[in-house]
Amino acid sequence: MNSRIGVIAFNTFREAVRDRVLYNLIVFALIMIGASLLLGQITIGVERQLLINLGLTSISIFGVLIAIFIGIGLVSKEIDKRTLYTMLTRPVRRWEFILGKFFGLVITLAVNAGFMTLGFFIALLYLMHGFQRSDLSILVAIYFILLQFMIVTAIALVFSSFSTPIESAVLTFAFFVVGSFSEDLRGFAEVAKGTSHYFAVGMSYIIPNFSALNVIASVAHGNPVSHQLILMNTLYAFTYAGTAVCLASLIFQNRNMK
Amino acid sequence: MPAVETFALEKTYRVGFWRSSPKVALKSLTMSVEAGEIFGYLGPNGAGKTTTIRLLMGLVNPTGGSVKILGGSIDDPAIRAQIGFLPEQPYFYDHLTAKELLNYYAALSSVPAKERSRRIDATLTRVGLAQDAWNTQLRKFSKGMLQRVGLAQAVLHEPKLVVLDEPMSGLDPTGRREVRDLIEELNHEGKTVLFSTHILSDAEALCDRVAVIGKGELRGIGVVADLTASVKGNVEIMWQGASAVPAISSMGLHPHAVGDTVRVVVAEAKVDAVIDALRRSNAKLVAVTPVRTTLEDYFLAQLAKPTAEVSR
Amino acid sequence: MKHSSTNHASLVLAVLACFLFAGATAAHYKVEGIRAQTRPEEILYIPSGKTLKRMSLGYTGLLADIYWTRAVQYFGWKHKQRSVDYHLLYPLLDITTQLDPHLIVAYQFGTTFLAQAPPNGAGEPDKAAALIERGIQNNPDNWRLYYDLGFLNAMERHDYVAAAQAFARGSQVPGAHPFLKVIAAAMAQHGGDVETARLMWQTTLETTEDAMIRQNAQKHLQALASDDAVLKLEELVRQVKERTGVQPRSFIDMVSAGYLRRIPTDPLGRPYKLRPDGRVEVQDPDSLPFISQGLPPGYQPTRPIVPGLAK
Repeated sequence: MNSRIGVIAFNTFREAVRDRVLYNLIVFALIMIGASLLLGQITIGVERQLLINLGLTSISIFGVLIAIFIGIGLVSKEIDKRTLYTMLTRPVRRWEFILGKFFGLVITLAVNAGFMTLGFFIALLYLMHGFQRSDLSILVAIYFILLQFMIVTAIALVFSSFSTPIESAVLTFAFFVVGSFSEDLRGFAEVAKGTSHYFAVGMSYIIPNFSALNVIASVAHGNPVSHQLILMNTLYAFTYAGTAVCLASLIFQNRNMK
Repeated sequence: MPAVETFALEKTYRVGFWRSSPKVALKSLTMSVEAGEIFGYLGPNGAGKTTTIRLLMGLVNPTGGSVKILGGSIDDPAIRAQIGFLPEQPYFYDHLTAKELLNYYAALSSVPAKERSRRIDATLTRVGLAQDAWNTQLRKFSKGMLQRVGLAQAVLHEPKLVVLDEPMSGLDPTGRREVRDLIEELNHEGKTVLFSTHILSDAEALCDRVAVIGKGELRGIGVVADLTASVKGNVEIMWQGASAVPAISSMGLHPHAVGDTVRVVVAEAKVDAVIDALRRSNAKLVAVTPVRTTLEDYFLAQLAKPTAEVSR
Repeated sequence: MKHSSTNHASLVLAVLACFLFAGATAAHYKVEGIRAQTRPEEILYIPSGKTLKRMSLGYTGLLADIYWTRAVQYFGWKHKQRSVDYHLLYPLLDITTQLDPHLIVAYQFGTTFLAQAPPNGAGEPDKAAALIERGIQNNPDNWRLYYDLGFLNAMERHDYVAAAQAFARGSQVPGAHPFLKVIAAAMAQHGGDVETARLMWQTTLETTEDAMIRQNAQKHLQALASDDAVLKLEELVRQVKERTGVQPRSFIDMVSAGYLRRIPTDPLGRPYKLRPDGRVEVQDPDSLPFISQGLPPGYQPTRPIVPGLAK
């Protein structure tokens, strides 16, 4: 990583961690995890399962919200507020700027997820009075959630490289929702015929495959995650996010700052 | 080699929901800024000053023509390393302190890490930002303080060319004085300074040369003294004898009487006619003095002209 | 005019984007392959329809449709997997119908596929009956539900009295299919015979709107036809042996001897096989999942199929 990308990434991280929105969302996620402990008390036999389901879902959803809220600020807010002017007139290449922003946000999200994970494991420890081997697959589920954040961030970058902050927030969120239903889209593709079949198949490859990155339910049942899936999901997330970052750079390369 | 050169530079925006109606922001601008001079880019609000500067800085792509900065392209990072830029109403990362921000920019401009801290302190002192604000987050800064931080980031890395968009805006009279001094200092250090303003006195006091722009078109460019001399000036005529007032008023002029002394300002061309009229009324001529033309007169004269007969 | 380095960077970025997307697509394909093999047990996040109804903020219709789709996909997936465990089918249908009590097709689907024995269904006829009873409560004017209840009672629970009652109740509903009266009468007289079964499957086939239910009915009708054909062929073989004293060795022999006009085929057009002991066998028992005659000795269903789901 060249030094300018590192400098931009660090600055993005620093700017993000000083924003109060971030802490509100993290605190909310931790409250959700705590609440799942309470909820667990009124169910029978599935406390651990409920904690894992609700806890990891909270981490995932709040992380995505953070990714969107801060992610759209990456480029479109900088254009909107013209903080970019003093940056792009320095010896920084535009793709370096995009890449720096991307890494900065991914680091921010990883650190957040770290805090939320810590909160989650404390809750788990409180509930189970110890850890077991299958808890390792919880870490895999969290790793997949991180991959998901990475993709959401990259998508936010693409949208914010050509639209206003609010538009990019809406578009990114829409992509997240559609991506979470990618399973159903694939199911539709299987039964559809003719043009709509090809359309659905094409779409299912364009929208991010968040279904495959969501192993929360399976992990909550104590099922292990296959090594092959870990490898392939990693490969998928990196190439998909890479595509989006290239696309964002490409759009940004030729855009006019208003 | 000129510091800035433009060749038939043009920018047309497409406006409206379907981006169907073209709006010309800058019409075929050809000019150059010589190395080592202070160049003022003048025009009323909305004349196209900021558009021009964004085109020069490569923030906006031209729809026609081209720009050369320091003999190269603004898209070349090596060229960008040698320029400093202060945008109009600068805005920076809210959550950084002044020092953090400058450190960030210094790193991006490849200022060696060892030198950064010393240079940041020196620059902040130079732009007159009070030391107790150095470690305050920028969201707590006033407009004037932000303007100073903006100036600091523009000169921090010792660029060859400094481009300032409305550098005096948001500053109190003392601040403006300090910015004037700063610009002169930079010039003495051998830097080229290009700044835009709509405040003419600043330009008149500082600039070696100015360009005047109105409605996206260049209306005049040159040395300040030459430009003001080119304006057909006015003449002040004073005489004694209020009896001559009606005759002068009938010529469409507005004489002012103070006791028995009357004063009128007329265009050069009318001087002879007025003096003839005064003689006929037996008034006693006291003084005929040319009024000094200011840049403002030139400016207004250029903007008042229909676009076709613009002087180049 | 853009600097050439900018154009150069754009080109590199575009090429890189294409390569990465190709990589992403390949990885995506691979991931789906892995997931198809090791798809984990699905579980319900929220097992209560009432809770879900509250959480849906009023969008119960949409949520019901989502759960309905999930139910169908769950069954389809499990069936393709040759699973005998369909424990989520009932909760999924239960939630679906709680969210949208008027989703008739969900009750019908449930009746058929909850009741049938694995691997063609969940093998839970009592839960199926409970589901359809609730459907009737919520939609007392829909004769199809009474029909389905009667059907379920007759075919899966073999309670012909209850079945006749259900058909009779349904025939009272305005606009009911006239067949209901006929079936009610047939049920009262000849509860478990093949003709009644055939009549009922035929009615299902003609009246249902759901493709999966229709194809299921078709399979049942094919099985009934095949069973019938196998029994008749075996009888013929026995008669030939009695008359000639020789066991026919193949249907080709029987055709050339004039006992058959052509090689007999099953409803799917595949020729039947004649075994040396005189038993008749279907060639591909997997394609006729509901047959009871003509199965190879020791046959275990290896690839149960519900048409329309299997690709």
